[in-house]
Amino acid sequence: MPDRSAVIRVERLSKHYETPAGPFPVLKEIDLTVQRGEFVAVMGPSGSGKSTFMNILGCLDRPSSGGYWLDGEDVNGLDVDQRAGLRNRTIGFVFQGFNLLPRMTLTDNVALPLVYAGLARKERDGRAVRVLERVGLGSYVGSYPNRISGGQQQRVAIARALVNDPRLILADEPTGNLDSHTSEEIMALFGELNAGGITVVLVTHEPDIAAHARRLVRFLDGRIVHDGPVGQGREAGR
Amino acid sequence: MISGVMTAEAWRAMGANRMRTALTMLGMVIGVAAVVLMMAIGQGAQDDVKASINSMGSNLFIVLSGSTTSGGVRMGGGAAPTLTVSDGEAIAELPGVEAVAPVHMGTAQLVYGPNNWSTTVLGTTPNYVDLRSWPIAQGAPFTDSDVRSATRVALIGQTVAENLFGGENPVGRTIRIKQNPFLVVGVLSERGQSLDGRDQDDTVMVPWTTAQRKLFGTPFPGAVRSLMVRAISEDAMPRLEGAMTELLRQRHHLRPDADADFMIRNLTAVAESMAETTRIMSLLLGAIASVSLLVGGIGIMNIMLVSVTERTREIGIRIAIGARPRDIRQQFLLEAVMMSCAGCLIGVMLGVGCAVLAHSLAQTSVVITGKSIVLAFCVAAMVGIFFGFYPANKAARMEPIAALRYE
Ligand SMILES: Nc1ncnc2c1ncn2[C@@H]1O[C@H](COP(=O)(O)OP(=O)(O)OP(=O)(O)O)[C@@H](O)[C@H]1O
Ligand SMILES: [Mg+2]
Repeated sequence: MPDRSAVIRVERLSKHYETPAGPFPVLKEIDLTVQRGEFVAVMGPSGSGKSTFMNILGCLDRPSSGGYWLDGEDVNGLDVDQRAGLRNRTIGFVFQGFNLLPRMTLTDNVALPLVYAGLARKERDGRAVRVLERVGLGSYVGSYPNRISGGQQQRVAIARALVNDPRLILADEPTGNLDSHTSEEIMALFGELNAGGITVVLVTHEPDIAAHARRLVRFLDGRIVHDGPVGQGREAGR
Repeated sequence: MISGVMTAEAWRAMGANRMRTALTMLGMVIGVAAVVLMMAIGQGAQDDVKASINSMGSNLFIVLSGSTTSGGVRMGGGAAPTLTVSDGEAIAELPGVEAVAPVHMGTAQLVYGPNNWSTTVLGTTPNYVDLRSWPIAQGAPFTDSDVRSATRVALIGQTVAENLFGGENPVGRTIRIKQNPFLVVGVLSERGQSLDGRDQDDTVMVPWTTAQRKLFGTPFPGAVRSLMVRAISEDAMPRLEGAMTELLRQRHHLRPDADADFMIRNLTAVAESMAETTRIMSLLLGAIASVSLLVGGIGIMNIMLVSVTERTREIGIRIAIGARPRDIRQQFLLEAVMMSCAGCLIGVMLGVGCAVLAHSLAQTSVVITGKSIVLAFCVAAMVGIFFGFYPANKAARMEPIAALRYE
């Protein structure tokens, strides 16, 4: 039986891509449990399968085999619409490339998940503005993504991930496109959210970024080769 | 569930590439304008025919005397003196008959003062005008006693009145028909064109006795070329046709195997088949115009496919934050429908404008019905849904990861 209190529980999860040369394994029988309120950093060399793993956790992709329970619910058994509901309400996904819609104001960008949640306009806008204020962008509500800096864009993306009060934030190299100072600010924001009770799992290549987390998971060649508190993880990498 | 945001978003997407949207809509605009115009012209033609039918008088039969063969030359219907005025009186006694009028026609030159005019002179009885539902504009019809005594009186049509009298009141004046003086007792109201395009107002009516004895002469007094018969209703017509055939065969002492020496034509049936023809013609016009609507729809589909491909990344983002396939599908469907309906709106205006122009420039009869406009909108919405469905479905079925990686 899956652990009921775990936010994420993954068992013997594998993923392979079909290539002309035959199946190409990317994830090999991964087991992982993340408890409520954890702050997990995922590291590993390029091509080790981190993004693939995050996409499966974010219900953007499906595993080839193995089980995935989100909040005790078997995700593999859900249909497209139910998975869309999870992405909308339970998970907030933050991408390396921000992925904002350029023709919409920041408020509209942040409010977009609430459109799909079926909320009324007033409620949507109110919540979007409040979340934008929370990430420190209260004075940019009517602006457009191409008029603000990368760091600010990532804040907007985080606001969008937060707007529907998710229990889990998944971030795939959220600071990958940002300078070290801005990265620190973004990580401080993740730290705050985690302190507020949200479970955070983020992928990074920077040990300094990973240092903000409390648990470190290391990927190599589609397997988890290390799982422990942050301090030890950094030594293991050296 | 179509919300305000979705409409606003579709509007924004259309506005993002105005030139392309306008060109795509142009196909729809032309298609709808063509349909509206063709339907207006078709309806106009149908109404013209209907008006002509009504002006002819309803529930009419024409009974023609038979043909003769003289020296191997067949003379055609109406040539033999087989039909008589007393045949007409006998027909008038049949059940289902409202009125019967004999018709003896010829062409004659008319003179009034310095003016002269050649026209058809129709010898008949006073009830002919009622039978044709043809009101008198001025004066009165001639009477039965005029028929009995073969008086030289005439009822003239509007065209004749204009050509002989100009603005003068013809009633009470004397005109000459084939040199004989005739008193004008009345002027017929305006009738317009008949189904075959003849000017019905270019005519003069006189008592049939006068026509036979004083104008055209006949070797067979009492014989007429044709009889006009009006039935009390359309339903009574088939049975009446049978009864008339039987009666005339009996009166003409025809053996059962002999050919009839008369012909009965149902004018109402002829008129109806003519109305049917114009109806089919206008339908055909509409169908041809619909082809351009189809082409417009394909244009929308084409541009929607381009738009879906261009916006792959946006679709990926929307799916990633919780859009269901049906949300994505609705978004693109709505865009296609809005584009086709906006095109339809402009097309209706253009079509109505062209119809008005055709009417004022070429005197074409056009009738724009609310029905045709509602139909145009329904078709446009359907075209939008039909041609938008494939691109919208393509968008809805995208894999989020592949869509997000799309450059
Ligand atoms: N659609 C695909 N088809 C085939 N192979 C793929 C596909 N997507 C990813 N891969 C392969 O899967 C492997 C893991 O990719 P993934 O993006 O998960 O790595 P990553 O750990 O996130 O790397 P990075 O640190 O560079 O982001 C790579 O070798 C990649 O080539
Ligand atoms: Mg990656």
